[in-house]
Amino acid sequence: MQQPRTAISLTGVTKRYGEPPSQEYALRGVDLEVKQGEVLLLMGPSGSGKTTLLSIMGCILSPTDGDVVVAGQSVTGLSTGNLAKVRLDNLGFVFQEYNLFPTLSVIENVMVALDLRGMNRKDSAETAMSALENVGMAEKAHVYPETLSGGQKQRLAIARALAGSPKVILADEPTAALDSENGRLVMDLMSSLADDGTRSVVVVTHDQRTFEFADRIITIEDGLLLPPREMNNIRKSRKT
Amino acid sequence: MIVTIARQNLLHDKVRLAVTLTGVVFAVVLITIQIGLFIGFTHTISAVIDHSGADVWVTSPGVKNFDIALPLTKEKYYQVLSAPGVEKASKFIIQFADWKKPDGGQESIEIIGFEPDKKMGGPWGFVKGTPAMLDLRDAVVADQLYMEKLGIKKQGESVEINSRKARVVAFTRGIRSFTTSPFVFASYKTALQFSHLRPDELTYILAKAENGITPGQLRDSIARNVNGVDSYTTTEFSDKTREYWMLNTGAGTSILLAAFLGLVVGTVIVAQTLYATTLDHIGEFATLKAMGAPNSYIYFILITQATLSAILGYGFGIAISYLAASISQFAAMAIIIPFEVAVGMFFLTLVMCVSSSLISIRKVMTLDPALVFKGR
Repeated sequence: MQQPRTAISLTGVTKRYGEPPSQEYALRGVDLEVKQGEVLLLMGPSGSGKTTLLSIMGCILSPTDGDVVVAGQSVTGLSTGNLAKVRLDNLGFVFQEYNLFPTLSVIENVMVALDLRGMNRKDSAETAMSALENVGMAEKAHVYPETLSGGQKQRLAIARALAGSPKVILADEPTAALDSENGRLVMDLMSSLADDGTRSVVVVTHDQRTFEFADRIITIEDGLLLPPREMNNIRKSRKT
Repeated sequence: MIVTIARQNLLHDKVRLAVTLTGVVFAVVLITIQIGLFIGFTHTISAVIDHSGADVWVTSPGVKNFDIALPLTKEKYYQVLSAPGVEKASKFIIQFADWKKPDGGQESIEIIGFEPDKKMGGPWGFVKGTPAMLDLRDAVVADQLYMEKLGIKKQGESVEINSRKARVVAFTRGIRSFTTSPFVFASYKTALQFSHLRPDELTYILAKAENGITPGQLRDSIARNVNGVDSYTTTEFSDKTREYWMLNTGAGTSILLAAFLGLVVGTVIVAQTLYATTLDHIGEFATLKAMGAPNSYIYFILITQATLSAILGYGFGIAISYLAASISQFAAMAIIIPFEVAVGMFFLTLVMCVSSSLISIRKVMTLDPALVFKGR
């Protein structure tokens, strides 16, 4: 059987804030691999370093030490402009507070992601509509985000993240602001994004209801990773 | 999408948009009207010279402007008349005088005397009466713009100029005076009676060149053949008078300073409101950066916002300015806005608004996309 390829790899990643003697460690020598087609949950108490880890995986923060490889490309030492290019080409983001553009309609929110990739307006409108159909939001294409429920907003955020066909979706507490039913719907949707085996999903969460959607759960404490908990195909069996 | 985002960012907060546009409109109106006043004053200052129809003005030595000059004698007039290249010459008087209104009030005027048959230096733009009426005894011509100031209501009214009887036989429209004293035209003979000049004195000699002689050649010929006078082509004397009033007295400088202040105040207001709009949308800009947008994408959004503000503000501002210019036709102060000024103002407004967005651009340049994550 062919081994899944690595989407993101972190080797000896350390992140320090401040200068001695008041230096604080957010991450201490983290080694981690995210496989293609994997749904990985990152858990841990507040201040444990999980959002820092997500930011480094997302090329938004640079590590103090260590190496980060995204889609086969080492991003260590890249300029902010080149890091932005890596994000644009490989990564999609879903945020706890949705981070939608309130002045744009639902479809325009998705079209922005395509415009950044240089797609013309006509094609981006068609692709955006297709992405909205995938998350069951096509009928809301021309309303503004303020009229949507929390679950709908998160589905829109997922459509926007998906629109650029990223290799990895990084989600920060995507269910934190949702009730249990919408939380399940959103996690089910996110989990399904990895079903074709080419895309990975990394989710930072406190929400234990999300466990059943994961392939692997990693807990982080004081900037160190604890041994991963393999979910033994629970996710795949849930699908069947 | 950049234009859509920029437009929607502006329209999202209509109150802030109104404040931004107010800043732009304020700056456009203030600058345009100040420049329009400057041009209007410049035209007004030299209007009598420019409309004189003369090629050369002969003055007493050292004259600095049209309104104030020492007298010449008639002897100089005859010397000018006999200078080579002179087709004809005309006597011209300008003197400040007291005008006694029909109801008894008093006003200062500038009485201008010219020779109607020589057709140089006379009034223009007649709306009531004709130039021929100046041949009547004690006849004077005033401008409609100053009827109220001069206390006259109709043609034919009698007044006193320097305690001598005068009769307003005709009206012009649009002959303004830069000083507070309106111009009143009369024939040379009539004006001489109103003035404090001796019968053999005059203020200027206006000369017309023979065919084939340029104004510059005529000026040089007069300078060679007549001693104790200065001679200028009409253009030179017009420029000299404008330069004196607009630059040497500080009148023009103060107008241009007000225009500059308008630019500064407008820039500050627009910069503040655009910056506030940027701060309102800072989370969205951070999201764009996190999504992989290059800084240039966000700069273009900010510059487009500034450009849209400039276009809207300019539209309102220039319309108000032209309205003011149109109303000024009926006022003692002329506001003249040539097409070139309107075009120039458009580009100045663009520069003002785009430079106002630089503070916002600087903010976005240093924006950390990690803002998108809570609890980092």
